[in-house]
Amino acid sequence: MTWTLIVLGVLAIVLWGFYISWRASRLDRLHNRVEAARTALDLAMVRRSSAAYELASSGLLDPATSLLLADAVRRAMEADPAERDLAESDLTRALRATFSQPGCRAEIEGKDGAKELLADVDSSAHQVFIARKFYNDVAARTIYARRRPLARVFRLAGNAARPEFFEIDDALADGDGLG
Amino acid sequence: MRIGIACPYSWDVPGGVQQHIRDLAEALIELKHDVSVIAPADDDKPLPAYVHPAGKAMPVPYNGSVARLAFGPLSVSRVRRWVRDGNFDVLHVHEPTVPSLSLLACWVASGPIVATVHTAMPRSRVLLAAQPVLRSALEKIDGRIAVSEAARTTLVEHLGGDAVLIPNGVATRRYRHADPLPGWPGEGAIGFLGRMDEPRKGLSVLLKAFEILAAQRSGLRLLIAGPGDADEHSQKLPPDIRDRAVFLGEVTEEDKIRVLHSVDIFCSPNTGGESFGIVTAEAMAAGVPIVASDIDAFRQVLRGGSAGELFETGDAGALAATIARLLDDPARRAELSVAALAAVASYDWDVVARDVVSVYETVVSGRATVEVAQ
Repeated sequence: MTWTLIVLGVLAIVLWGFYISWRASRLDRLHNRVEAARTALDLAMVRRSSAAYELASSGLLDPATSLLLADAVRRAMEADPAERDLAESDLTRALRATFSQPGCRAEIEGKDGAKELLADVDSSAHQVFIARKFYNDVAARTIYARRRPLARVFRLAGNAARPEFFEIDDALADGDGLG
Repeated sequence: MRIGIACPYSWDVPGGVQQHIRDLAEALIELKHDVSVIAPADDDKPLPAYVHPAGKAMPVPYNGSVARLAFGPLSVSRVRRWVRDGNFDVLHVHEPTVPSLSLLACWVASGPIVATVHTAMPRSRVLLAAQPVLRSALEKIDGRIAVSEAARTTLVEHLGGDAVLIPNGVATRRYRHADPLPGWPGEGAIGFLGRMDEPRKGLSVLLKAFEILAAQRSGLRLLIAGPGDADEHSQKLPPDIRDRAVFLGEVTEEDKIRVLHSVDIFCSPNTGGESFGIVTAEAMAAGVPIVASDIDAFRQVLRGGSAGELFETGDAGALAATIARLLDDPARRAELSVAALAAVASYDWDVVARDVVSVYETVVSGRATVEVAQ
C-alpha cells in the first residue's frame, strides 16, 4: 500500500517535471517565433521604404511630393530603434498624403513603369500591415504565457526579454493597408 | 514690374515666412509694383487682394514635424495656370526646398526666377536636395537671396554657388509705440515671446535664470507670451515665485507689441535653430533693451552686442548676471534702447523691398517674361 503510494507520488512528480519542461520549451518556442516575426516585420518595413524611395526618385511624381516621400523614407531608415515606430508611422502618413491628392494615381498610372512601382508600394505597405499583425499576435500570446503563475514561479522565460508590442499607423486606407 | 511670389506655407497659419511675404508684398505694392502671391489657402476665407489661393494645404510629416503644405497634381495645375495667366516679369519663390508651391512653381516655370532661403538647412536635408528631380527644378533659379548669414552659409557650403544677403524686414513703425498692459512693468519685468514647447526657444534657460533673480529681487516679474502648455513650465519654478511668472498664452499681433512695451528687459534665450531672430528685431523696433543668447543670428542683428547684451548660450547663471547688471543700470538700458532703434532701421521693410527690387532688376534685364516651361 505504502509502496504504491510512493510509486504514484514519484510518478506524479516526474510527470509534473515533464509538464513544466514542456511548458518551458513551449515558451522558448514562442520567444523564437516572436523574434522571427520581428525579423519579418523589419524586412517588410525595409521593403516598403525602398519601394517608396523608388517611387519618389522615379520622376513620375511632382518634385514636392517626391521630396516629401524621400524625406519620410530617409527618416524611417535612419530612425533610432526607440523612434522607429514614429518614423514608420510618418512614412505611412506621407504615403497616404501622396495618394490622397486628387488625381494622383490617375496622373501617373499611364506612364512608363508606373504600374510596377505603384504595385510595389501597395503590396509592400500591405505586407507591413500583415507582418505587424502577426508580430503583435505572437507577442501577445508570449506575454500571456509568461504571465501564467507556473511560468512566473519557475521563471520559465529565463533571460528572454519580454516582447514589446509594435504599434504604428500602417493603414494606407481604412481596414486593409491597401491604398 | 509684374512680380509673382510663391509661398510654401498656409496663408491662414501664422509663421515667419508668411509674415515675410505679406510685408514684402505690401512694401512692393507701396513701391508701385504689381504683385500676385500664390499660397495654400482656403478659397472661402477673406484674403488680401494680392493673394491667389491655391487650395487647402494638407498636414503632412516633413523634416521631423507636421507641416501644412500643398503638393500633388491639383497644386501643380493651379500653379501652372497662375504662372501662365500672371505674365510675370519675375517669379520670386520662397523656401524652394520645402515640398510645396515654391518648388512646384520653379518646376513649371521658365524665365527669370529669384529664390529666397529663410532657414539654415541641416545638411541631411540639403543632401536630399541633390536628388535629380529637385536639382532640375532648383537649377532654374537665377538669383538667390538669403535672409541671414547662417542661411547663406549653408546654401553656399552645401549647394554651391552664392546668394545675396538681404535680411528680413521689420515693420518698425508698427512696433514703435504701444501702451503697456495694465499693471506692467511694475517694479521690474522681464519679457519673453515665443513657443513655450519648442526647446530651442530656450524658455527653460530663462526660467532658471528667473529663479536665481527672483530670490534676490522681490518685485521682479516675468511676462511670457506664446503658444504652449503654461502649467507645465510654471511647475518648473519653485512654488513661492510661481505667481510672479505670468503666462499670457498665444496673443494677438497687437498684444504682442504691448508685451514688448510692458517690460524693462526683453530676453531671447534661444539655444539655436534661429536664422534671423525676427522676434528679437521686433523687440529692437519697440526700443526695449535686449538680452540675447550669443548665437550667430543674434550676434549679427544686435551688432555684435552693441545694440543688445549677449550672454553665453544656454547658461542660466550668465543670463541672470547679465539681467541683474542691466536692471541696476538704467543709463545702460537707455543706451541699448537707442542703439537698438538705430540698428533696426536698416531692417525696415521699405529698405529691404528696394534691395529685393534691385535683385529682380539684375535677373530680369534683357530677358523675356516668365512662362510655363514646355
